[in-house]
Amino acid sequence: MTSQVSNEAGEALVGEQRSVPAGSHHGEEKEVRRLDRVIIRFAGDSGDGMQLTGDRFTSETASFGNDLSTLPNFPAEIRAPAGTLPGVSSFQLHFADHDILTPGDAPNVLVAMNPAALKANIGDVPRGSEIIVNTDEFAKRAMAKVGYETSPLEDGSLAGYRVHPVPLTTLTVEALKDFGLPRKEAERSKNMFALGLLSWMYHRPTEGTETFLRRKFAKKPQIAEANVAAFRAGWNFGETTEDFAVSYEVAPATKAFPPGTYRNISGNLALSYGLIAAARQADLPLYLGSYPITPASDILHELSRHKNFGVRTFQAEDEIAGIGAALGAAFGGSLAVTTTSGPGVALKSETIGLAVSLELPLLIVDIQRGGPSTGLPTKTEQADLLQAMYGRNGEAPVPVVAPRTPADCFDAALDAARIALTYRTPVFLLSDGYLANGSEPWRIPDLDELPDLATPFATGPNHRTADGTDVFWPYKRDPLTLARPWAVPGTPGLEHRIGGIEKQDGTGNISYDPANHDFMVRTRQAKIDGIQVPDVEADDPDGARTLVLGWGSTYGPITAAVRRLRREGQPVAQAHLRHLNPFPRNLGEVLKRYEKVVIPEMNLGQLATLVRARYLVDARSYTQVNGMPFKAEQLAAALKEAIDV
Amino acid sequence: MSESLLNLVPKAEAAQSMKDFKSDQEVRWCPGCGDYAVLAAVQGFMPELGLAKENIVFVSGIGCSSRFPYYMNTYGMHSIHGRAPAIATGLATSRRDLSVWVVTGDGDALSIGGNHLIHALRRNVNLKILLFNNRIYGLTKGQYSPTSEVGKITKSTPMGSLDAPFNPVSLALGAEASFVARTVDSDRKHLTEVLRQAADHPGTALVEIYQNCNIFNDGAFEILKDKDQAQEAVIRLEHGRPIRFGTDLTKGVVRDPATGDLRVVTVTPENESAVLVHDAHAASPTTAFALSRLADPDTLHQTPIGVFRSVERPVYDTMMADQLDTAIEQHGKGDLGQLLAGGDTWTVVG
Repeated sequence: MTSQVSNEAGEALVGEQRSVPAGSHHGEEKEVRRLDRVIIRFAGDSGDGMQLTGDRFTSETASFGNDLSTLPNFPAEIRAPAGTLPGVSSFQLHFADHDILTPGDAPNVLVAMNPAALKANIGDVPRGSEIIVNTDEFAKRAMAKVGYETSPLEDGSLAGYRVHPVPLTTLTVEALKDFGLPRKEAERSKNMFALGLLSWMYHRPTEGTETFLRRKFAKKPQIAEANVAAFRAGWNFGETTEDFAVSYEVAPATKAFPPGTYRNISGNLALSYGLIAAARQADLPLYLGSYPITPASDILHELSRHKNFGVRTFQAEDEIAGIGAALGAAFGGSLAVTTTSGPGVALKSETIGLAVSLELPLLIVDIQRGGPSTGLPTKTEQADLLQAMYGRNGEAPVPVVAPRTPADCFDAALDAARIALTYRTPVFLLSDGYLANGSEPWRIPDLDELPDLATPFATGPNHRTADGTDVFWPYKRDPLTLARPWAVPGTPGLEHRIGGIEKQDGTGNISYDPANHDFMVRTRQAKIDGIQVPDVEADDPDGARTLVLGWGSTYGPITAAVRRLRREGQPVAQAHLRHLNPFPRNLGEVLKRYEKVVIPEMNLGQLATLVRARYLVDARSYTQVNGMPFKAEQLAAALKEAIDV
Repeated sequence: MSESLLNLVPKAEAAQSMKDFKSDQEVRWCPGCGDYAVLAAVQGFMPELGLAKENIVFVSGIGCSSRFPYYMNTYGMHSIHGRAPAIATGLATSRRDLSVWVVTGDGDALSIGGNHLIHALRRNVNLKILLFNNRIYGLTKGQYSPTSEVGKITKSTPMGSLDAPFNPVSLALGAEASFVARTVDSDRKHLTEVLRQAADHPGTALVEIYQNCNIFNDGAFEILKDKDQAQEAVIRLEHGRPIRFGTDLTKGVVRDPATGDLRVVTVTPENESAVLVHDAHAASPTTAFALSRLADPDTLHQTPIGVFRSVERPVYDTMMADQLDTAIEQHGKGDLGQLLAGGDTWTVVG
């Protein structure tokens, strides 16, 4: 849960893991300790099913009532060569008995399914942490493949770690010997064995995973039962083996959550639901024109499953056709969306310009990834902000909305739809790979909490000419919003033609008149500048002199860093932007209240550039472009340095 | 043929005339441009369809011909270069109550927009695509186009163009088009008949219209228009009729038994029965493709015009709508509350 309000205990305890003996009520022979939070990282080969394992542990944890935040991290290759460093896939999960904000900086527990997974991840794991290794995979050749000349399990290089050597593969095969499966097939269940073991270690509920497995493999009941058996065997192994003397409890985060019904949700799923909800609230059919691209494709997949909501999904021949079809549907009166990532935005730019000129509602969802060019398809970055702001020919302003957490993607989608529909404009929704694949608990909203997005179409003439004739002018604007009427084909009497050529104010007829062009350019800009967005609020309990300003997915790490600083007695103010265009009206005034403004971004300072240009504020950038979210500790140190300078 | 999809489009309440389809905008093509003739033919044909004109939409790309929508008193969009088929696809697939027409040119459809054209054709979206082919770039003032003949001297090719041209009909057939026709701007009667068949076709109809650019490529199709030459040059395709042409229909198209290809012969009593009977509804596009290759790409000698292919196959928009209906039948109408609360949930009580 990432609301800014946190219970006192949570504030005090974020940071180091706290352990309290909890008595041994779970079985006399084993000690149970209580922890306030745990960070687990599952790591293995791309084919080892680490994402699934992480997802399942997350579901168990969510249903148990912990707060949580996740960070899947996987290569762009579907199956990189087995056992190599580039082929390592991992899933990090942070869960706690209190309100947490990030997937955690460093794992307390690393599950390494092979030498490559150990090698690729050990650098992130602090001494003293627990490491569970699948010893079966530590053969000479496999170790040599990743540069281990001697076994790290024996050469002392893991001294200081609490290493649990477990022959996961052998134990799994042994557990499944009655199933009569080929060895290779049986070995595939080793991730479920590991999941069972970790589920025992952290007292996770197991029914959900068993149900899930039986549903997933409904057509292969033998495989389903084998996986359930491996899962249970892992649990039982933990309970019986002496190597695992302690298990841990992390109590539900009851105080972190306002009352309500919750589920765990990823950013892309929340965004998909937000779009479906927006269409319902607008009473318009949803139309998605899209071309598959990582990390946005899941939205296309998800929306394709909900045709019974009247959702049309069109997998186009390319990015350009994706947005083209969406724009055509917008002309026809749909709530139109295109989903993509940075390279796709580049291809769509001309059509976005057309949408600006046509003044039709259109959502452009950009799940940002590392760039430039193909860049890092599966890694996160925030480097498309200036592309969204300025990446078009001519003066073509487009509103920009950015969600801050995975669950917030739901609300951000509704907000983007509100702006698009109210002002008849394309709108950028800038999510990123971290939000898209990461997940957190989400309080499921009541439907009557959702905003009313009803948008009336034009139904009749809107202008009387000098000779008294009533006519329809497609570019006669609403005086308040400056939006033009949305007159959809099929409406008698409103036949009109629109296009990308400059239009005469009002009539919409082609016009090359210089004064008219000047007026139209300024009017389109004024329409975007006039969009109603809420004021930004600075969270500043201590009267700080430094403001840290962020946008988008850096919200979690920045807030965690700010909490650390405040806990150390260092006052610091925090503000976070959802609206990048237009900026909140009070932003300049807020910035000027502070001696220093620091802007952490996962780019080379794009928001800082905008803020400096717009407000003449000497904002400082703190940037990171390594494809990963900020770590709270490192960010706290950087902020401290900026404050102290 | 099954029921026309035109039945989904509301009918006009009163009789219409050509005047109803003329917008108040001044037409700004060069005097003498072939586009005028096509515009007049389309405006003249529309009343025959009898559709509510508010349910007709013309979508175009960029180029001289793409100004077309401004002159039609219907809904219209003058979009960006090459993208009209994509935009029209979104409109047609979301609004089956509309009659959606795409107006495009040889540069717009075959060069910058080639990808969208072939994919619209293979999907069989319910679009009527009018491809004005003048074999030159007009609006950018006279560069060669993807249908220009090899060696064409233009401003950008002073030593002659190097590109082998596309044959739009061959291309469309290769792209799985269900309806492909060719006609000529100046032949109002033929053009109108082709439009009639295209309008009635369920799915994508591609109509190539040879159109004269009297500024940059004047006379490109003269051989097909000049009364003396046309008889020998033009092959008029009519479904169910032997493919014969030439003065007194002395020539005919036969299949070469050795290669299976088509060739032109002088018809004699001995070979008359071997003259191919045109079958636009043939399931295989093979013969239609062979017909499209008869014309000499340089001289346009032996150019077939008419409907090459008109077959029925599932229409994308229809299938898309059917899937929505099926989803509702199978799962019930979507319930947002249920959707949001799906998956594993837990409740926190205050």
